Amino acid sequence: MHWWFPGDGNAYSTLGGKIDDLFYLILVIVSVTFVGTSAALGYALWRGAAIKADEKVWFSHGSHSLEVIWTIVPSAVLLFIALYQLDVWAEYRMKGFAKEKDGSPKIITVVAEVTARQFEWRIRYPANGKPLKPTPQPDDIYSVNELHVPTGGLVSITLRTDDVQHAFFVPMLRVKQDAVPGKMIPVWFDATMPGNYEMLCAELCGWGHYKMKAMLVAQSADDFEAWKDKASAEQFDDGYRKPAE
Amino acid sequence: MSTLNPTIDHADHADHGGHGHDHAHKQSFISQYVFSTDHKMIGKQFLITTLLMMMVGGGLALAVRWQLARPWERMPIFGDTVFGADGGQISPDAYTMLFTMHATVMIFLVIIPVLAGAFGNFLIPLQIGADDMAFPTLNMLSYWFMWPAIFLFGASFFMYGGGPAAGWTSYPLLSLLREAAPGSGDAQTLWLLGLTFVGVSSMMGSVNYMTTIINMRAPGMTLFRMPLTIWSMFITAILQAFALPVLTAAGFMMVADRLLGTCFFVPSGIVVNNAPPTVGGGQTLLWQHLFWFYSHPAVYIMLLPAMGMVSDMLACMCRKPVFGYKPMVYSMAAIAGLGFIVWGHHMFISGMNPALGMTFMVSTIMIALPSAIKTFNWIGTIWGGRVQFNTVMLYCIAFVSMFIIGGLSGIFMAAVPVDIYIHDTYFIVAHFHYVIFGATLFGVFGAIQFWFPKMYGRMMNETVGKIHFVLTFIGFNCTFYPMHMLGIAGMPRRYADPYHFPYLEHLLPLNQFMTASAFLMGMAQFLLLGNFFYSMYFGPKCGRNPWGANGLEWTAPSPPGHGNFDVLPIVYHGPYEYGSPVSGDKDFLMQTEYVPLAQRVAAEEHH
Ligand code: HEM
Ligand SMILES: [Cu+2]
Ligand SMILES: [Cu+2]
Repeated sequence: MHWWFPGDGNAYSTLGGKIDDLFYLILVIVSVTFVGTSAALGYALWRGAAIKADEKVWFSHGSHSLEVIWTIVPSAVLLFIALYQLDVWAEYRMKGFAKEKDGSPKIITVVAEVTARQFEWRIRYPANGKPLKPTPQPDDIYSVNELHVPTGGLVSITLRTDDVQHAFFVPMLRVKQDAVPGKMIPVWFDATMPGNYEMLCAELCGWGHYKMKAMLVAQSADDFEAWKDKASAEQFDDGYRKPAE
Repeated sequence: MSTLNPTIDHADHADHGGHGHDHAHKQSFISQYVFSTDHKMIGKQFLITTLLMMMVGGGLALAVRWQLARPWERMPIFGDTVFGADGGQISPDAYTMLFTMHATVMIFLVIIPVLAGAFGNFLIPLQIGADDMAFPTLNMLSYWFMWPAIFLFGASFFMYGGGPAAGWTSYPLLSLLREAAPGSGDAQTLWLLGLTFVGVSSMMGSVNYMTTIINMRAPGMTLFRMPLTIWSMFITAILQAFALPVLTAAGFMMVADRLLGTCFFVPSGIVVNNAPPTVGGGQTLLWQHLFWFYSHPAVYIMLLPAMGMVSDMLACMCRKPVFGYKPMVYSMAAIAGLGFIVWGHHMFISGMNPALGMTFMVSTIMIALPSAIKTFNWIGTIWGGRVQFNTVMLYCIAFVSMFIIGGLSGIFMAAVPVDIYIHDTYFIVAHFHYVIFGATLFGVFGAIQFWFPKMYGRMMNETVGKIHFVLTFIGFNCTFYPMHMLGIAGMPRRYADPYHFPYLEHLLPLNQFMTASAFLMGMAQFLLLGNFFYSMYFGPKCGRNPWGANGLEWTAPSPPGHGNFDVLPIVYHGPYEYGSPVSGDKDFLMQTEYVPLAQRVAAEEHH
């Protein structure tokens, strides 16, 4: 049985790798704490069961130095956990707004606008070579429940919802973001390997919440462009063919 | 001496010196058992109501578990009657209603009222040496305000479209716009009104508890001689008083949005289910902020009283003082204080300003500190004690160890980056069941067994109690521990059928195992009910102080009459002087027991 992270257990995004590292770090700290406290509890109980009839209990109202120790040590550990990971969060949610080291504004390509609705995902891409505009353009390309993104480097999507709240969730990439009515939320991530990654909704949105099944298709930049050309051609095909000469 | 020590033999004929209460004054059945203003009766009313509600909430949970183990199959027993129109299977629609109402019942009709309503009411006057609450009529109303809530929640199922279906968190717009879900019609309005009644009930309780604890303590009962139960009830009452108005206001805002067309939470231009676009200028996130501003402190409202009661029981069952009494008080106060600045940890990925996420993360992680301090002090309390392995103690041990797990899993979620992944997965479900069920409810089970003799003058059955403990403990861990695994595997919560996603398919057998454990655990609760009601009439009678405990409540008769004490108690010690060298040949020293100076000095020198 395989009861761990989905798929082969690896995250297929840079951020996902960092999240997993943090998870394992916390897992180690937490496991040590759990074993330690449980052992102390178990030992205290075992001694408490074995105490002899003529033996006195340890009549103590507490110990100042112990209190100090077990206040300072956990707070140091907790503060370490808190501060250590601020950076990952900053990387994921904040630096995208900021500037590059040399002061130039950071540029992340917005590949698509993802609109959640009860109970499907509608995706709008700009035509090859054009930037995504906030409003639909005549040459935009559309797909439903299939989000194509290029691999190699950060990409960004604009997340919106047509109706109630939803959440964009790609477990293999460890990406999640709520889609909030009335807001357009930029979400950036990368896919380190081409492949198909399952995509679903993580915020209760009605009876069909469980069936917002979709696929994130990560392709090399070339394949991505080729796919867009093909999708565009299919979309704008009016069925007219030149008669054979 | 008899006036100084009312506990032992003299107490029963303590009607000398004008102290005699009018035990005989007759009350009608209605004013004694129904509209009673006696805090003990109100406490028992709360207790029995919440125990019955627990069975209702448990039934809803088992239906949810059925769907997760046998998706879309005809539900046994109830399927054909309840879901007849759907061929006896739970429709996805019904599934959302089931988990919504499961959480609503468990949180608002079981955990919150069983702690503050049942034990708060029963214990506060008895433990501080008062004859009743400060405002007995208000107290009665606080119980009777539960019933409109129960009625409204129940009636919501019969509205057109079915029960409320937007989760216990009721995030708009799903909960707000009628078109968004069948359950968001009148059912949601009733739900909001029900919530308001629960809120008013809690508020009346909280005002009463604060006043009573501040004003009505017996002579000698200084703040730092109060049992930790009282401290926890006091802090909880303050939390309630500050947090609840926010939820109540939010509830009214949502009702106004629904009925009067205000737009607190409705942005413009939203098209739900092909209805005309909304007009508005509101913010859905506002609801989340208001809701969690109450509901995070509320999770401590659901925990602190249990922490206090467990401290009391642990000291008694280990026959030694609570370790670090003052640190225990300070850490409860710290939890309450910090509890007001961590609500954003429920909203890390909600689209609020990400910089806020960082501050909420630091405060959230730091709130684990007082929890850790308390845990260490409980272990310190057990350390070197004479442990009585009875049912009460078993529940207290379960409380501590389950709280360790629940607290530690909180750290994963408090870490914002990790929460990106595990938010809204079963990991969260695992976490809060460990703290609310594993800790609080086990604490409550212990408290029932412990204070039952005081409530009814009879003991509960130990053997049945232990069987109930073992079954519940095993059932609990087998049901909820694997939820951590589900969460790590990426299974989202609130899914009627996760298995049609290929990456979740393999989780079905694990879920079936969990459902089987949940049924075992559910059935075990009948043992508790049976034990409770049987012992009420047939349990062995007990004296005033069956556990050899120190608190003032144990100086009163079991059950205490109207007015509680036959002699006004005077307090000379803190509540945890177990195994004290000055207590003579007993291993406890009641708070009312005066030890002459000479004896104290002698004991001191002896050491
Ligand atoms: C040790 C300290 C604790 C920490 C660090 C902690 C942390 C958290 C965090 C970060 C979340 C949000 C997770 C998410 O939705 O992504 C959460 C959820 C929750 N916690 Fe805790 N928690 C702690 C203790 C408790 C206690 C003592 C209780 C209750 C008695 C509790 C009850 C809950 C509940 C009910 C939820 C989920 C609400 C929902 O989404 O339906 N927690 N906790
Ligand atoms: Cu959804
Ligand atoms: Cu919280």
